[in-house]
Amino acid sequence: MTGRARAEQRFPCFSPVAEHGLLVEFGETIDRETNARVRQLDEALAADPFDGFLESVPAYASLLIHFDPLICDHGSVRQQALRRIGGESRPDATPGSQEVLVCYDGDFAPDLEAVATACGLSRDDVIAAHLAGRYDVFMYGFAPGYAYLGGVPDRIRLPRKPVAVRDVPAGSVLIAGPQCLVSTLTMPTGWWIIGRSPTRILTQDESRPFLFDVGDRVRFRRIGRTELEAGVVA
Amino acid sequence: MNTAVVSVSHAGPHVSIQDAGRRGLMRFGVPQSGPMDRLAHAAANAALGNPAGSAAIEVSLGGLALECLSGRVSFAIAGGAFAIDHAGQRRASWTVATLDAGDRLAIRPGASGSWCYLAFAGALQVPRWLGSAATHAMSGLGGGRVVSGQKLTVGNAARRDDREGDIPRWQNPRPGGAFRATIGPQQRFFGAETVSAFLNGPWRMSDARDRMGARLTGPPIEPRSTLDMPSEAILRGSVQVAGDGVPTVLLADHQTTGGYPKIAALLDCDLDDFVQLRPQDPVVFRQVSPDEAVTEARGAASANRRYLDAISRPRGGLDWRLLNENLIGGVVDASGD
Repeated sequence: MTGRARAEQRFPCFSPVAEHGLLVEFGETIDRETNARVRQLDEALAADPFDGFLESVPAYASLLIHFDPLICDHGSVRQQALRRIGGESRPDATPGSQEVLVCYDGDFAPDLEAVATACGLSRDDVIAAHLAGRYDVFMYGFAPGYAYLGGVPDRIRLPRKPVAVRDVPAGSVLIAGPQCLVSTLTMPTGWWIIGRSPTRILTQDESRPFLFDVGDRVRFRRIGRTELEAGVVA
Repeated sequence: MNTAVVSVSHAGPHVSIQDAGRRGLMRFGVPQSGPMDRLAHAAANAALGNPAGSAAIEVSLGGLALECLSGRVSFAIAGGAFAIDHAGQRRASWTVATLDAGDRLAIRPGASGSWCYLAFAGALQVPRWLGSAATHAMSGLGGGRVVSGQKLTVGNAARRDDREGDIPRWQNPRPGGAFRATIGPQQRFFGAETVSAFLNGPWRMSDARDRMGARLTGPPIEPRSTLDMPSEAILRGSVQVAGDGVPTVLLADHQTTGGYPKIAALLDCDLDDFVQLRPQDPVVFRQVSPDEAVTEARGAASANRRYLDAISRPRGGLDWRLLNENLIGGVVDASGD
């Protein structure tokens, strides 16, 4: 039951969660190939849901399948997942592409200087590196609209700060390790705050309430203070 | 349209509007939210004859007091064992009665329980977000927090005098009072003896708890290696262990993903009871297999359905009389405490 060494894990690995969940793990690392396997199963379930399927929740390296225990059980859900793993991705699987605006000026980027110092770069180098990154939406998590973008260039990757900062405003552009995120709520964070964006991830459009789909490609475009202050974020 | 307007004279912290919650949006970081005690919320609506999942007020231990400014509307209260004062009268903690203009209603912590629900016969006029009036506490999105000084309007307000009186209570039996849990999915981060320590406890509810989760007080539960796992999705009821060795049971407004290992997951069908615990209450866990979990969940769902069906009918029918004679089986306490 317990004590299996991590090295002995075989993927995909299926683990029951209470009476209504099955976690399907495809690996233990954050990379595009593992995440592509997660998305393949996620898309296959969306295209052809089984009886009792409630929702699936993609993460970096795993997919959680939430099901109705009155209709199915872990064993039958495992069979349904196995049947869909490794199939063709959607033929029209061109990822969506989104542009996010970012202002790196002064007080909107309180950690830019510290990131530059820690990486041995100038502020402009950090900005150029961030803008040069090609980002993928790996997953949403934590809170509504918190989309985890992978793809921060190596030269500006830093571990998160030891202590979180409180009351970081919504719309902050944050980085930590390979990840970048545009916050949607005022919250504490231990990530590095390198800019502010007027682009809303929670769109307030009922027909498309979230800007990104998991799998979308994201590019950042620099804007100035004037454009930010004229933008939609209060 | 008949409307009733109530004015909130006092609302403690963590009092909010909740309907049945929003499903299917965890992939966007949005948990289901909705009532902490889903059965009590459903019972309040059923006892009034409201559509299932209608928006109601979730009342915390901070309490709620209000006055009816205009109109007339029946209300139901269910959940825990709160102290209810209505128009100068003490009422049972699970009850249906009617508010007239000028009547005051006060809900205060009583003998036990942490959450109760106040539903009105009609439609509470509250904001919705993504198709639901459930309030997500961290963001305030949805129907919203209920605050002192606020006025709330009930549309289609009705008096339902054939429903007035105490509401029989039902609680699914849990042998030994234990909360059932499956082990994992990250038991590999813990040694076998640590999993045993988790199952053996002893545990108590701590006072660090809210709609997102509840921390437990007990032995340290230490992962055996440095925690290095990519964040993954979480279900309500999952027991996450952070680097400090303290387990947290994730609840209605849980974060949708987390990078800490989950040692166990409480059965969803036991969570309505779990959230009613108070700080210092003992918490006992019992491991069940996934198959047992499904069997227990099916039994609980069918008993809950029978109970809600019985209390959803107006008084005087045969079902109501059978219910009051405890013939639906299990524990029914007609006094509310």
